[in-house]
Amino acid sequence: MGKVGIIGVGQSAFVRGYPGSIRELAFEGFRECMLDAHITTKDIDASVICSAPEYDKQRSPAGVFAEYFGLTPQPTFYVESLCSSSSMGVRLAYSLVKSGLHDLVAVVGFQKMSEISSAESQERMGRGADIQWESPFGTMMPAYYAMYARAHMAKYGTTSDDLALIRVKAATYGQINEKAVYRKPVTFEMFSDPESPMSNPVASPLRVGDCCANADGSSCIIVASEEKAKTLCKKPVWILGLGAASTAVNMAGRELFTGLTVGEQAGEQAYKMAGVTPKDIDVAEVHDCFTIAEMMAYENLGFAKPGEGKDLIKSKETYKEGSIPVNVDGGLLSKGHPIGATGGSQIRTIVLQLRGEAGEMQVEDLEIGLVHNIGGVGLYGNVTILGR
Amino acid sequence: MGKKKKEIDDRFKKFGTVTFTSITKINDFIDKLEQGKVMGTRCKECGHVFFPPRADCYECLKSDMEWFEVTGKGKLVSYSKLEFAPVGFGDDLPYAIALLDYGDYKVFGRIADNVPENEIEVGMEMETVANTLPNGQLNYVFQKA
Repeated sequence: MGKVGIIGVGQSAFVRGYPGSIRELAFEGFRECMLDAHITTKDIDASVICSAPEYDKQRSPAGVFAEYFGLTPQPTFYVESLCSSSSMGVRLAYSLVKSGLHDLVAVVGFQKMSEISSAESQERMGRGADIQWESPFGTMMPAYYAMYARAHMAKYGTTSDDLALIRVKAATYGQINEKAVYRKPVTFEMFSDPESPMSNPVASPLRVGDCCANADGSSCIIVASEEKAKTLCKKPVWILGLGAASTAVNMAGRELFTGLTVGEQAGEQAYKMAGVTPKDIDVAEVHDCFTIAEMMAYENLGFAKPGEGKDLIKSKETYKEGSIPVNVDGGLLSKGHPIGATGGSQIRTIVLQLRGEAGEMQVEDLEIGLVHNIGGVGLYGNVTILGR
Repeated sequence: MGKKKKEIDDRFKKFGTVTFTSITKINDFIDKLEQGKVMGTRCKECGHVFFPPRADCYECLKSDMEWFEVTGKGKLVSYSKLEFAPVGFGDDLPYAIALLDYGDYKVFGRIADNVPENEIEVGMEMETVANTLPNGQLNYVFQKA
């Protein structure tokens, strides 16, 4: 069995209120990816369409996109695991290619979140939790992650100031990423300035500045067999390791509240499959839907010991020049988080880094990169390790 | 003479400020809640204890459950006070969601409105109490033990 590679990546700009339909939005990521891969639609054997369906008015978007992209009559189908949908799509594409069933598979992630209000969107996101036993209490995503933040603070002495540093880093890179929805700087002082929206409480202890930016966007990844990748692509990036896990949807069914078990388990699987350790990772994209989520990812992925994630950000080791650069494209916090597009966008960032095509965001001397993508409140976890 | 309309047991629609589901096999939970009792289920076959209650046991694949009451003190695992709410919950603001650990099981719910935030601390002991909401719906809340 040969290797499986990535020969094309693309994404739309992540924006507020995309002025078009979902097929037009998804086409933007697809077009950039096709131009990057230098292939035609006839080369693609199958397409996997990924999003969180509760935002879509269109039922079963796969068929609609396949037609709009000119990918009929090839097979197309839909994959969903909330915010990790397109990483799960890449996992599936890997297995389709590895099995020999297909040679080239397009994984398209998208989300148009702006068709509904922010409160409606919070209500729908809250329904990604247990609608029978938790949603009737008025839950929402920030409050769940806030519970993890509170537990992390209580056990390890992590502070709101430590979390603010993660947002400051994200904004540093959001400013230089032309695809990012939030391109303004965020300073540490804004978190204590009552005049700044960043300081407004959302769900204690998390503030507005701790929360990612909602956005509309799309992403696309072309997954290829070793033979095709070598024929079609000058700089293929190889999928070295994959990990995926799930846990109890209801908080009452969980044991760990200072980290995400799915991140740990998916990470362990991916490291084992790739035959590498956390020390071998040169650049990483982690799922920073909230600042605390990035802090927990440092620890769950083994970049820091449990409770020591704060030291990593305080010493700026996760900046571009540090020992383990994390989210140097602005992350979900500043680049934006169009649910179904996020995993593909994270993979795109790492592929561009490994090719040396990340422009101002480029990290030097890279061999191996890691993508950590979480669905729901640590309900689903995907880790993908990529190498040159 | 038309067919007699089948009666639907939708008692669960009374659970929470806003409910998202109404038909479940453990609807007796609502009757117990109306009597002031918060109940979980225990599998009669293998003894596995479940909260929230459920109709089916994944350990032994049987569906023969008995009710047990959530009593005594649990430890506060974590909480968060919300300043924004999803659609339908705005009138409840501000409120705090939380998790209590009873050892054999955990309970997710809200902290009672009369507990000031400066008196809430992770690790403190609390009790689970049945509660009627201003809109007549039912839930349960955590009080200081």
